[in-house]
Amino acid sequence: MSLEIRGLTFGYRNHKLLDGLHTEPLKRGELTALVGPNGVGKSSLFRLVAGLLAPSQGVIRLDGDDTAAMGGRRRAERIFLLTQHTAMRAALGVFDVVLLAMRGWRGGKATAEEIDRAEAMLAGLGIDHLSDRLVTELSGGQQQLVAMCQALVREPDVLLLDEPTSALDLRRQLEVMELVRRVTRERGIVTVAALHDLGLACRFADRFLLLNDSRIAADGTPEEVLRAPDTGRAYGVEIDIQRTPRGELLVNSYLN
Amino acid sequence: MTDMTMVRAGELYRRRVFRKTMMVFAAFAALALAICVDIGVGPGRYTPVEVLTALFSPGSVEPKLSIIVWDVRMPVAVMAVMIGAMLGVAGAQMQTILHNPLADPFTLGISSAASFGAALAIALGVGLWPVGGNFLIAGNAFVFALATSLVLFFFTRMRGVTIETFVLVGIALFFTFNALLAFIQYQSSEAQLQQIIFWMMGSLARATWTKIGICLLLLAVILPLAWVRNPMMTALAMGDERAASLGVPVARLRLEMLASISLLAATATAFVGTIGFIGLVGPHIARMLVGEDQRYFMPASAAAGALILSIASTLSKAITPGVIYPIGIITALVGVPFFVSLILSIRKETWR
Repeated sequence: MSLEIRGLTFGYRNHKLLDGLHTEPLKRGELTALVGPNGVGKSSLFRLVAGLLAPSQGVIRLDGDDTAAMGGRRRAERIFLLTQHTAMRAALGVFDVVLLAMRGWRGGKATAEEIDRAEAMLAGLGIDHLSDRLVTELSGGQQQLVAMCQALVREPDVLLLDEPTSALDLRRQLEVMELVRRVTRERGIVTVAALHDLGLACRFADRFLLLNDSRIAADGTPEEVLRAPDTGRAYGVEIDIQRTPRGELLVNSYLN
Repeated sequence: MTDMTMVRAGELYRRRVFRKTMMVFAAFAALALAICVDIGVGPGRYTPVEVLTALFSPGSVEPKLSIIVWDVRMPVAVMAVMIGAMLGVAGAQMQTILHNPLADPFTLGISSAASFGAALAIALGVGLWPVGGNFLIAGNAFVFALATSLVLFFFTRMRGVTIETFVLVGIALFFTFNALLAFIQYQSSEAQLQQIIFWMMGSLARATWTKIGICLLLLAVILPLAWVRNPMMTALAMGDERAASLGVPVARLRLEMLASISLLAATATAFVGTIGFIGLVGPHIARMLVGEDQRYFMPASAAAGALILSIASTLSKAITPGVIYPIGIITALVGVPFFVSLILSIRKETWR
């Protein structure tokens, strides 16, 4: 039971962004970090998997089913992309957008059970005190937490998180990643997070995918990928990894 | 205030839903009152009670009152409500699909196209509308308004439906039709020119039960279709990409809404001329009252648009006894002070 990408090719105009990209199956219950330098196509890869863009070639299979053959609505129920930009301008309430994400296009009133679930997830992310506010009144970080709440209440099979912690403070970053990892395990879903903070990625991810030069340039445990010479080369830095006495990986990088 | 923090999020949500629902009902109640006042005002004033009696038991009042209410003032009053609601809904849809609170139903050149169509009919007596007579000018305005939307459809089909394409093509159409309109005005006689300008100012005096029936039919078709799309439109308000990740077919939804806006705005303009401001301000008032959740935003926009036009209709008769000013002039003149006072008086959080 997994997500699998085979021969994915995609480009804008005459610039080929992804060229025959393959991944080994991404297993359920595993949190994968997608890493790679700016402009290498991480967000585009996410949009392709979520069906927001169509590849020129290649297949994406979820539990063996071709995702291109699913209807847009069904696919969005199974695969959810938390987009990088989470700021919005519409006069919508926090609780309302969370319910909207949960209920999709079902009409009518929210049931008591749905309201309870939304409430619980807001509390889980520590933003239940904001539930009665307009999203537009919140700070960037708080808006990102609201978007994360939308992602988690949807209960998809595949959760794609594009820079989910970019606007969060230190403690929130840890809390959110902790929650994401727990949800991934408990629900047995495939979670892929694009992260720039390799240290954070290292602490929470089970697996690293390095995207560079239109393909997956390295794939393995965080330590394997970080030690691979390709990784430092992709970023144009020297990566130094050390194990703390507590057994955690410490990632440092230097300009070379 | 201290116990506010103890109230759970779900309970706060339920209270807010109740408040917003009440707000929508209040808006429609205010509208009903405005209609009664509108019917009562004119040469020979009647109280709302007299009006209501004439409306609900026409037999029990003197025939003169019954005739004035039913045959003279009702069509105008009802037309004001229909047109106001149509423009309010179209404006709300336009602001949502363009992610722009400054958009209105006429943003994409629909009103200039309609004006050009009308001017063409007035100046040359030629119509693209198969039936002539009463509907020549209105029909022509409608055909041209709808034609601009088709051009817009066509362009966006070729280039991909982004907001930028929409707005740029719309602006191009706007200038094209304005230039053509100016050309016709330049070429036409004084009498025709007067008629063109009067048409463009907008007037409810052309209201008939037939036109009201057509408006009603249109609303009866469009509103249920739009209602089903409410959750998608609310999602679209969050932004294109976030809506798409929730499974909203963004490009298709935008085209569907454009079709709805075109029909509503083209019909409204064809029947009563160009009445600006309502499609812009109606949704703004609605947004201040209930926010942008479409389940409340759409009906509140309709009610707000209808309310403004109904009040404007009353004032257009009341300012100078015996004179009915073109409604297009009145809407902006009375609407702006009202709107500004609303912006200044309402606290930001009131919609909750």
